[in-house]
Amino acid sequence: MAAGDDLKLIGAWPSPFVTRVKLAPSFKGLSFENVEEDISNKSELLLSSNPVHKKVPVLLHHGKPICESVVIVQYIDAWADPGTGPSLLSSDPHERAVARFWAAYIDDKLVASWMQSFRGKTEEEKSEGTKQMFAAVETLEGALRECSKGEGYFGGESVGLVDVSLGSLLSWLKATEMMSGAKIFDPVKTPLLAAWVERFGELDGAKTALPDVDRVVEFAKMRQAQAAAAAAASEN
Amino acid sequence: MAGEGDLKLLGMVVSPFVVRVRMALHLKGVSYEYIEQDLFNKGELLLRYNPVHKKVPVLIHNGKPVCESLAIVQYVDEVWAASSPSILPTDPHERAVARFWAAYVDDKFFPAWIGIMRAETEEERAKKMSEMAAVVKQLEVALAQCSNGKDFFSGDSVGYLDIAVGCNLFWLDAMRKMFGVVVIDAARTPFFAAWADRFRESDVGKVALPDADIAAEYAKKIQAHRAAAVASK
Repeated sequence: MAAGDDLKLIGAWPSPFVTRVKLAPSFKGLSFENVEEDISNKSELLLSSNPVHKKVPVLLHHGKPICESVVIVQYIDAWADPGTGPSLLSSDPHERAVARFWAAYIDDKLVASWMQSFRGKTEEEKSEGTKQMFAAVETLEGALRECSKGEGYFGGESVGLVDVSLGSLLSWLKATEMMSGAKIFDPVKTPLLAAWVERFGELDGAKTALPDVDRVVEFAKMRQAQAAAAAAASEN
Repeated sequence: MAGEGDLKLLGMVVSPFVVRVRMALHLKGVSYEYIEQDLFNKGELLLRYNPVHKKVPVLIHNGKPVCESLAIVQYVDEVWAASSPSILPTDPHERAVARFWAAYVDDKFFPAWIGIMRAETEEERAKKMSEMAAVVKQLEVALAQCSNGKDFFSGDSVGYLDIAVGCNLFWLDAMRKMFGVVVIDAARTPFFAAWADRFRESDVGKVALPDADIAAEYAKKIQAHRAAAVASK
């Protein structure tokens, strides 16, 4: 299979779901055309490719759209030539089911609670989000122990679906640590995860796909300022 | 049947997610031990095999648990790949489209009908019904996109997306009996309404969909529980 086999990714650099999709081809050595979207002014291409949600990421393969980050990652994994690198999903059905379970958990529990800690409308909502986020991280420590079987990744010896799902959040989680001063992956409470964060961050695929943390911090501060201004304006 | 091993399903009779898994097992002709759970008083088996969510369905295969209904359905499809039919499409792009819409069913369709169920006033229910109308319209689009003019989302016979959507039908029928609401209206979404009738009449629909009256009874039980909890505060 030739590199750049008409693969186009409609994305936006700050979105961790877009990063997730960038990680998959990155680990499989696939190249793709990156189409950067202005979320405040969505393009005709995005709106026609994802009419249901109008969101990024969207993968276009020979012009056919695939939406939802976890669906896209599995698509890339299933369709890509086995010669491009190990599969992100095990061939064992039980291990695959466990990986899908944890990928769903990361989005339903970790991402949801982290977003609440950031975007909660009241201090109470935000601190509840933070509490649930830390609880989710503790649960994921147990998941890593169970899935890695003593190796370095959720996928075992090599990166898998769950590594990609969690790894895609790293720039944002590190940005959150810098802005709040609290460690999310505490080496004392969650030693396996803390080691995994270091290990994952060192991978070439991760370095290529993950946005720069300082850039994310700047973006987050700008978003917070915008939200504060909007709130102040609506009170007048 | 050869190659099954020890297969148990922890379920609850009116959970659409459990019904979804029972449909998959039926499609593959797999036999299993079904163990009804009391969700008001969760048992040791459930807490041990799904410690993270403590929810049904849980499939226990040779002592190893699989949780989350869509993950279970895909597991069943993969383990019993030799038995037809194939539940998921074989083409990667069609598979991606099926997964996309199954996620939509769980993220949008399910909460929408739960909202109608739980509405406390007629006004609230009407509001939830109009939110649901937008979702049902999308599923009409999905059906056109996926079925290519055939009887089911998966084509000539029932597959992944049919059971992902179809497992909810008995609750929609229960709500019509309880509140007189019609979620899938043949006048507004004719293809989807015709599909729903076909699905109910299909082999898997007839075997696995519980009676709407059982769901209505359960809904009353939940309401009574909630009222008691509020009163005791």
